[in-house]
Amino acid sequence: MLRYALKRLISLLISLAVASVVIFAVIEVAPGDPASFMLGVNAQEDTLAALRAELGLNGSKVHRYLNWVGGMLVGDFGTSYTYRTPVSQMIADRLWVSLPLALYALTLSTLIAFPAGIYAAARRGKPGDLAVMGATQLGIAVPNFWFAMMLVLIFAINLRWFNAGGFVGWGNGVWAGLHSLTLPAIALALPQAAILARVMRSALLDILGEDFMRTARAKGLSRRQALWRHGVRNALIPVLTIIGLQFSFLLAGSIIIEQVFYLPGLGRLVFQAISARDLIVVESVVMLLVFAVITVNFLVDLAYAAVDPRLRSRT
Amino acid sequence: MSLLRIKDLSLSIHGTSILKQIDLSIDHGQIVAVTGESGSGKSMTALAVMQLLPNGAEVDGTVQLEGEDLLIRSEAEMCALRGASIGMVFQEPMTALNPVKTIGDQVMETILIHKAMPLAQARARAEEVLTRVGLPADRFPLSRYPHELSGGQRQRVVIAMAIALRPKLLIADEPTTALDVTTQAQILDLLKGLVREYDMGLLMITHDLAVVADMADQITVMRHGEVVESGATSYLLHNMQHPYTRMLFEASGHQVTLPKPPQPQPLLEVSQVVREYRLPRKGLFDRPRHHRAVDGVSFTLNRGERLGLVGESGCGKSTLTRAILGLEEVQSGQIRLDAQPVFTGHKPNLAVRRKMQVVFQDPFGSFNPRHRVARLITEPFHLLDTPPTGSDRQDRIAEMLTAVGLSPDDSGKYIHEFSGGQRQRIAIARALIIRPELILFDEAVSALDVSVRAQILDLLAELCEAYDLTYLFISHDLSVVRTVTDRVLVMRSGQIVEQGETDKVFEAPQHPYTQTLIAAAPRLPEIEMISA
Amino acid sequence: MSRNLFLGTFLSSLVVLAALISFVWTPYDYSALSIPEKLQPPNVEHWFGTDHFGRDMFSMIMVGARTSIAVALVAVGIGMALGVPLGLTAAARKGSWLDEVIMRGNDLVFAFPSLVIAILITAVFGAGAINAIIAIGIFNIPVFARITRGAALSLWEREFILAARVSGKGAARISVEHILPNVANLLIVQGTIQFSLGILAEAGLSYVGLGAQPPTPSWGRMLADAQTMVSFAPHLALIPGVAIIVTVLGLNLLGDGLRDWLDPRIRVARA
Repeated sequence: MLRYALKRLISLLISLAVASVVIFAVIEVAPGDPASFMLGVNAQEDTLAALRAELGLNGSKVHRYLNWVGGMLVGDFGTSYTYRTPVSQMIADRLWVSLPLALYALTLSTLIAFPAGIYAAARRGKPGDLAVMGATQLGIAVPNFWFAMMLVLIFAINLRWFNAGGFVGWGNGVWAGLHSLTLPAIALALPQAAILARVMRSALLDILGEDFMRTARAKGLSRRQALWRHGVRNALIPVLTIIGLQFSFLLAGSIIIEQVFYLPGLGRLVFQAISARDLIVVESVVMLLVFAVITVNFLVDLAYAAVDPRLRSRT
Repeated sequence: MSLLRIKDLSLSIHGTSILKQIDLSIDHGQIVAVTGESGSGKSMTALAVMQLLPNGAEVDGTVQLEGEDLLIRSEAEMCALRGASIGMVFQEPMTALNPVKTIGDQVMETILIHKAMPLAQARARAEEVLTRVGLPADRFPLSRYPHELSGGQRQRVVIAMAIALRPKLLIADEPTTALDVTTQAQILDLLKGLVREYDMGLLMITHDLAVVADMADQITVMRHGEVVESGATSYLLHNMQHPYTRMLFEASGHQVTLPKPPQPQPLLEVSQVVREYRLPRKGLFDRPRHHRAVDGVSFTLNRGERLGLVGESGCGKSTLTRAILGLEEVQSGQIRLDAQPVFTGHKPNLAVRRKMQVVFQDPFGSFNPRHRVARLITEPFHLLDTPPTGSDRQDRIAEMLTAVGLSPDDSGKYIHEFSGGQRQRIAIARALIIRPELILFDEAVSALDVSVRAQILDLLAELCEAYDLTYLFISHDLSVVRTVTDRVLVMRSGQIVEQGETDKVFEAPQHPYTQTLIAAAPRLPEIEMISA
Repeated sequence: MSRNLFLGTFLSSLVVLAALISFVWTPYDYSALSIPEKLQPPNVEHWFGTDHFGRDMFSMIMVGARTSIAVALVAVGIGMALGVPLGLTAAARKGSWLDEVIMRGNDLVFAFPSLVIAILITAVFGAGAINAIIAIGIFNIPVFARITRGAALSLWEREFILAARVSGKGAARISVEHILPNVANLLIVQGTIQFSLGILAEAGLSYVGLGAQPPTPSWGRMLADAQTMVSFAPHLALIPGVAIIVTVLGLNLLGDGLRDWLDPRIRVARA
């Protein structure tokens, strides 16, 4: 088990290192000089040089890369070209919106998908199954940002249960914060729940065909008992993979959804940064997103081992 | 009153008739074997008793357990019976257990699901039962997971689950088919012992007539969903009425006569071959461990000789086969065909490859489903510098198909249009088409029904006459190896423990392992075939 | 022909047909502004109504289908063209350093959702439809590499591959001659699913302004434009949304239908 975890950890670190090189290299080839962009075309050569030094734009590429990575390791993401404030502070503020949103959506999606998938598998081919499958087929096809607009139209504009957009901030209490994230979370969660429910169902149906399910029935378990006691835990193995993958889609999705609800999250930060050519911010946000995805997949790998004893003992 | 009484049992699945008016009965303490070839409906009979039939099944007739009809029971009542009054053991021990639960939990589940006793007692009973089936708790604690056990041990766990509540009836569906002969003998002994000890009835489903003859009190022979013949074992073995029963017994012990081998002249020379695999490390800082799949094997195969290679699973015979074929490089030692090495440098030697062909076990996996027969059997032409083309090629295809008992017209068909036996004929045609010096038969008849197997063995004998075949016949099935080989090698843990003329080795085995192996193999009784 | 296959084929061909017809005919010029006619709900003259510049929505939807299909199709093409050979190679060299490099590379790309790739590309080179194609295409590569490798690995265990090796055929030849035809069905089905995901991704990217730029109509941007007007002109948001749903639903049903028709055992990856 320890060896397995360590192996995954090493591969996590390698992935992060390679990802950081890729991101750094892509940003490097961007045309234009941030300093002259910030000061305009009429800037004096010596002011430019001073600004470049301040922004850490001098020195070799390797040197700057190491500076960037070294800074990130101690929580220093550099200084924003446009706002002249520490990037780490800007990210931290926004993260308090984006991360709770993604987690909220992940929780919702799992809470909806598990019962729906198990229900459909248990009633394979019956009307209940067909209804769930039809709903998920539709759920997969709906773009989440469009769904978000419809939610706003119905629940904010017509019914006035929620605000159409904006975020009240956690300062007004957890409940108020969650309330203003509810519509965005639903918009994000439902399409993902549709996928997850289908995966859960088909994983369970695969398991139902396994020999050990027949063994369980021969012991006197009813269909339902066999499904719950022997099916669900085995089905978790493929389902966990999808949850891991979905996290990256939820993060990406939350960037888009933030646009619909005017939420002050990472998404808005990154789009503002792109239009202002504030590349240090873009670079750092992208690195953070990639870090989150890789870390979540590492946790999923550990969860596998918890579910599957074969992985625990193999290495 | 019989323990189990099946009367006029008919079964159809989605309208297709599977069983037709089956009659069968079992008493307490009695072993009844149901036998037949694939598609005979023997497994469905077992599932019908359990009422675990696939969707769309319609049943008719009566199945009585101690006078109570099971077919009119509700599903909830059947759940109460399954595992408590009727236990069942399946064929595939590797997949019959839930991989994510411990063996203790799985055995205890049988007890707890029927609320037969409280938890602590159930645990004690699980330990007791596991000990009874040969898995004592000091060596096999309840906390073990299935993947930590061998196939035979897992089958013992399955048996423990089935007998934990001492059912009156135990159903065993091909319980030893997936196991090695020595393990098979142990499991059969265990089952026999349990029947005696618990006074259970045992319904044993098996295709292996030697097992049947050895174990059963009563035999029922089935074909195409019908009972062909049934009776007490000792009586039936000597008074077979139905021609199908006779054919089945004849085919099971089928003997062929091979032409005499020519003067010894070495063709394949294997010397001191070693093939190791790296195992995953146990601890974090341990050195990587190695498994010697083939450990210093040496032997010679003469031109025109038919050599057998027997051994149980994991003995290294598959690895050795792959090494001879040049599919895997060996770490040390030499394999030479006609004095040329199979591997030169790190590449397989093409000049040697074109002198060898192989026939595999699985008649369903051996062919690309998207190619026609003509293309399938001419694949080895790839080895030739100037493969035949045009009418020359057509003639070779026609000749080969005819030689293996098929028609030249079959060359345009796809593989799914053929039965298992026909596919094995096509596999032989593919192996023969470039007239190799040596053919390897890798469990080539193991997946076939006995009647088809007998036909393929006949074909092999014919081809030996016509083409002077030299082959290495790799099999776990001792009775087949005995009849189609001149000499035999016995392999165990990567080493050849005994070799010699086939008849001599079988009649007077020298090595203790060979002796165990031969003693463990169930034998067909000598049956005087009724001439009339 | 199953119901899925029928419905899927019907819906998908409807959209493809609309895109093709738009090259030669649309009810109105999709870019013609007509302020007096702005924000009309669907009516006899403008079947899908008009937008805030009075442009005909039906014409814009038809031309928008072109953008969606082109972007998604090319992206799937990129994914297949690079992913399938990578997957075949990794399977043929299972366990080697090459396999390891390909699979770790796959994992790495999976850590960059297509939106993130699009953000990076846009930050450096500016926005455009090409970015969307590249971003979605790159993300498709590991999808195809992974499923190809998975299916190929189980084929490599089959005895007919061993027979081909005994016949002296090399890994490359076996991959093309034996493996590829036997994974073709899987690739067709997965390709259909990726196509539908590509349509969704394109819509998302152009919604946030990282996709096709004006004046090229695209469904995602039509939705972005509609957002501020959703309370008084809901058709502006409804119609492009339904167009996306119909297309994606059609392709998904087509994928499922094709799977059942070609080989029900095929498992597609959906994420």
